[in-house]
Amino acid sequence: MESFFSRYRNALVLIAVLLVQVIGLAVQVRRPEPNAADGHGVRLIRSWVVGLVTPPERLLHASGHGIRGLWANYVDLVHVRQENKSLKSELDRLRLEEDSIAEDARQGKRLQVLLGFQEKYVYKTVAAQVIGTSGTEQSQVLLIDKGSHEGIKPDMPVITPDGIVGKTRDVFRHTSQVLEISDPTSGAGVILEKTRIRGVLRGNSWGQPEIVNVSPDERIQAGEAVLTSGGDAIYPRGLAVGNVERVKPDPEGTLVNVLVKPAANLSKLEEVLVITSTSEEMPTQAQQDLSEADQAEQRASDVLAERLPSRVDPNAPPDQQEAPEDDSADEGAARPVKPPQALHPDRYTPSDTPPAAELVPGQKITNAQSSAVSGAANPAANGAAAAGKPAVSTPTSAGTSAGSGTATKQASSPKPKPKTAPPATQAGAKENPGAKASGTQGAASETLQPQPQSQTPKPETSQPQASPPQGRD
Amino acid sequence: MVLMASSRHEVGAKSFPLVIYIVVPLLALGLQSLLSLHFNHFDLIDLPLLVTIYYGITQREPVSATMVGALIGIAQDALTHHALGIFGISKAVIGYMAASLGVRVDTENHGTRLLLTFGFTLAQTAVLWLLQRDMLGQQFAWHWFHELMRAVANAVAAVILFAVLDLTRRSDY
Repeated sequence: MESFFSRYRNALVLIAVLLVQVIGLAVQVRRPEPNAADGHGVRLIRSWVVGLVTPPERLLHASGHGIRGLWANYVDLVHVRQENKSLKSELDRLRLEEDSIAEDARQGKRLQVLLGFQEKYVYKTVAAQVIGTSGTEQSQVLLIDKGSHEGIKPDMPVITPDGIVGKTRDVFRHTSQVLEISDPTSGAGVILEKTRIRGVLRGNSWGQPEIVNVSPDERIQAGEAVLTSGGDAIYPRGLAVGNVERVKPDPEGTLVNVLVKPAANLSKLEEVLVITSTSEEMPTQAQQDLSEADQAEQRASDVLAERLPSRVDPNAPPDQQEAPEDDSADEGAARPVKPPQALHPDRYTPSDTPPAAELVPGQKITNAQSSAVSGAANPAANGAAAAGKPAVSTPTSAGTSAGSGTATKQASSPKPKPKTAPPATQAGAKENPGAKASGTQGAASETLQPQPQSQTPKPETSQPQASPPQGRD
Repeated sequence: MVLMASSRHEVGAKSFPLVIYIVVPLLALGLQSLLSLHFNHFDLIDLPLLVTIYYGITQREPVSATMVGALIGIAQDALTHHALGIFGISKAVIGYMAASLGVRVDTENHGTRLLLTFGFTLAQTAVLWLLQRDMLGQQFAWHWFHELMRAVANAVAAVILFAVLDLTRRSDY
């Protein structure tokens, strides 16, 4: 027996080592959930190895970064001025684009509120430097220099300004693993920007992300933008993922896979952002940007309004010009809407006709009768208008109506001359402020309508019509 | 030149300072992780595999080579998101094979090292393929051209790396 062990010692050791590892593999693979966290022992081993490997990486990365910075900031400054100029012009262009997009953003937000969507805004991010990779083709994993001490937790999205990178996986104290979207075990909910086709993005065996199991659709064209859909509850909705590169048939079925060229350069990552917090409220900075865009848009519209031709022609004769607006009014106050001038006086109001019991067969209804009837029928509506106007000349034909003491009259002549009303009429108006002002001009009778600006006496034109009538008498 | 195992072991056995046993694998893991970040196709080369092969063919002790291979492989697994043991098993097998061949083959020759590394790289991929595809049910694509290129790249890198590591050896005889 002893000779057996000594004879096959090497092979037995190999078998024992393999057996232990296979058992360990089986224990790790058999988890209650497919994506459950590692066990304590496995996590400890990973932590030890990462703790041993990453300090030299940090040192090398920092020294390399310092050398590159020295070169880039003090030596390699060729074309910087030209680049600065082009960046400024690009900034101006982006400001203009921002102005035009701001309104769309607000409209989209309103519509989302109406539809009950809950937008997730990127509220807080942590910038991290990429200090290493897994070093193998089978595992598309990055190492970043931020960990739980900096507030990072597993399954947090990792992005760059260009697009998404992946999500955090194992998080250690000062280091984290990031599983890239190009790994076959990753997954992200995405949507095609134009065709609105949804799918799941994951890496293929070549390390290229692809949207798997998509129904064949001729509308999917190369170059179409791919965005996150937010359906995976990890990546916020609307982040750039990449562009469609081509469509290839799925070898295992009738569906197709859409190859995606990532927006972020996954092979040349140096700095990334980890989204540590999302919010349903727009971040303060974004709100400031939006308000600045609003102000810029307002300024642009003001400039445009100044350059447009005015309604008042300065070269026209004074009698052909419209009455100027009252500039003394508060600029911020809402200006009342002025109704257009009526083309014809109102003769067909139903309440203008007296009751049938008062009518005499063969007698023609006079305007005064009908006006008196309508004024009595609707005293409240017309009284306010009558109270807001100074009394004007009383016609002689209004004897019957004047006898009732309920009516005052305002002539509808284009430029009436204000007159003081008789005391009886004034008293009647005061006793019954709701009385209707009516009058005649020739054979026509009319109810008091809101007067257009051009027909009202000059002192009234300077006051908004919605102003309280008290104090006008 | 092929010699008997006993004579090969007596003629060429050399050892390393203890610190080299610790520093070189860690350096290989760190460089692999760092250089893959800055060079697109550097992940074709497997520095931990080369170190495992080197220890195997120079020490010619299958037990220690198996243990070293297993430890290096597990450490490499720890940097990935895979379960621990995938690279551990494959590198333990490679370490054992390298040590077993090292006692029978002249491993000081660059041509022999080139061929051995070429074969061991393919062997490791085969073990990984078996483990991931058949045991774990994971996706693992085998592309012949790609694997041959990987084997060639590792073989060339091994010749250079082994020459550098030879400088750290000390003769026991």
